[in-house]
Amino acid sequence: MTASSATAKPSVAPALDLRALWIAAPLLVLAGCFFYPLSLIVAQAFTGDAGGFSLDTIRAVFASTLFREAILHTIGIALAASAGCLVLGFVLALVVSFVPFPGAALLARLIDTVIALPTFLVALAFTFLYGSAGILNMSLMAAFKLPLPPVDFLYSAWGVILAEVTVYTPFIMRPLLAAFSLIETAQIEVAASLGAGFWRILGQIILPAALPALLAGGSLCLLLTVNEFGIVLFIGAKGVVTLPLLVYDKAIQEFDYGTACVIALVNILLSVGLYFLYRFALGRLGGNRAGLV
Amino acid sequence: MTLGGAAKAAPPEGASGIGFEAVTVAYRGIAVLRDLTLTVEPGEILAIIGPSGCGKTTALRAAAGFVRPARGRIRIGQRDVTHLPPHARDLGMVVQNYALFPHMRVEENVAFGLRARRAAEGTVRERVRECLRMVGMSEFTGRYPRELSGGQQQRVAIARALAIRPIVLLLDEPLSALDAQIRRNMLEELAQLHRNLPELTVLYVTHDQTEALTLADRIAIMREGRLVSHGASRELYRSPPNRFTAEFLGRANLLPVRMESMEEGGRQARVRFGAFSLLAQAGAQLRLGAACLLCIRPHDLTLEPEGPAGNVVEAKVVSTLWQGDQLSITVDAQGTTVRLASTPHAEPPRPGDSLRLHFRPEAATLIADDDG
Repeated sequence: MTASSATAKPSVAPALDLRALWIAAPLLVLAGCFFYPLSLIVAQAFTGDAGGFSLDTIRAVFASTLFREAILHTIGIALAASAGCLVLGFVLALVVSFVPFPGAALLARLIDTVIALPTFLVALAFTFLYGSAGILNMSLMAAFKLPLPPVDFLYSAWGVILAEVTVYTPFIMRPLLAAFSLIETAQIEVAASLGAGFWRILGQIILPAALPALLAGGSLCLLLTVNEFGIVLFIGAKGVVTLPLLVYDKAIQEFDYGTACVIALVNILLSVGLYFLYRFALGRLGGNRAGLV
Repeated sequence: MTLGGAAKAAPPEGASGIGFEAVTVAYRGIAVLRDLTLTVEPGEILAIIGPSGCGKTTALRAAAGFVRPARGRIRIGQRDVTHLPPHARDLGMVVQNYALFPHMRVEENVAFGLRARRAAEGTVRERVRECLRMVGMSEFTGRYPRELSGGQQQRVAIARALAIRPIVLLLDEPLSALDAQIRRNMLEELAQLHRNLPELTVLYVTHDQTEALTLADRIAIMREGRLVSHGASRELYRSPPNRFTAEFLGRANLLPVRMESMEEGGRQARVRFGAFSLLAQAGAQLRLGAACLLCIRPHDLTLEPEGPAGNVVEAKVVSTLWQGDQLSITVDAQGTTVRLASTPHAEPPRPGDSLRLHFRPEAATLIADDDG
């Protein structure tokens, strides 16, 4: 063997990197199913009647009073419903986890069932319960000989909020129940032996342990309520128009796709913006310290 | 405090004991602690030991206020605390898995009890510093529990319990999550801690007899919710009052014997073990001719005579086991399996060898053949 032949390296064909395929496949699916339709909406929002780039539709949408009211309704209802879900979900999860009562396990399982139900079903049930001709109003009218239904909150923003709280509270409870099950009873007992009362244990032991679950459940709730369509449509509250409902009106009833795309774009930005705002707020409340946000 | 249950002086000033008076605790109608009457003297360490499910942790939780007795009373110092909530009992508690608050730094964990009791911030800082120095954790104030080893977490848990200056410290299997070496070190540190805080009354629950014998002034042994025996650690080890105590507290050889006569004014008894007549401490009140058990610890048996008054039993070697610092020899004596622990020999006996076992009458205690 010569020196040159000894040092020469054999040429090896580059091996196919299979890891790239694992990344490429989901990227392709994501691009086809999400980014491409999204890009069409964005493009349509910036296209004028003549077909070229234009900001006319955007200007017209932002000048519309109905649009501005829809934004306020969407934000207001989403924040109120999410806050309601957080409070109610936290309290209920606390009771189910820490107050022993017969049927607690059954109740925890029922939560999964509620999560599986379509959202409009609750709106429909609310109509039967609290609607003008619902059980509550009919009973009150019969009992007190009233000429008109006394309870009429259902056909307002409050009706939408109550329905959304009912539907989305389990989304808070499920992760909270999982988080509470991981809290060592010994921590609570030691805290009590050290002199901590109920509120200190709740605020300093249980709540910090629940932060990741509140973050996860709250984020999900906020996104779902910002984009909720079925409940708002089914309840048909007077004067309560939200962005998803406005998109539906413009696209399906008025065939005004340009305007619908602009509103949809704003709806998306609002969802993402509120989501990050929520994470930021939770981080300031202690999530950063616990490494959650 | 002195290790191994040596006699104690009068209780330190300001110390408070714990009293269980016929305490019964039941879960769903099933009694898990039955008529426990036991006193932890002020300033002493009392260990409750027993197998799993014997009720020892329930007794501690009843003292802490986490379970309410169905019957009986619990006293801490002069106060009846039976119906007081945990935070009103002035006690510190350390549990098996430490139960440190994971989102709080070491100093916040230690300060928790003080802040819960609304201590002034200056007092909190001073007390936290003092307690962390006491357990050797001053360098770790800014760390989270997850950044500490098991032994360090244990020290923080102890500092947290001591920071509120409790009159009673409850320790629920505090060393069981540690490995053997760290456990030995922590035992010594706990003993040192109590030497520094002699007024602290400690109720120590464990299933580990070595921890109890090392640390406790007195030991209480429980089984199936009942107190089987209690007494000074050394006394209970040397002269167990019943079979269960003898077998649970250290290894014991129990030879079936028959009572022959009382000697030395009733302090000693002569018993018959097969072909051998033996002299032993008369631990239990037994009638002449009664069948009973002779309890001898493995390390009290020797292969060499210790004096003219010693007992002798002939035996045949079954097996030997070298364990580093000692040689464990199993022999057959009159059909009974007997174990002795001796220092390693250059020429250890081999299976089948005949040998003579010697033991002093003071090292053998006569006990009734029952389960206590």
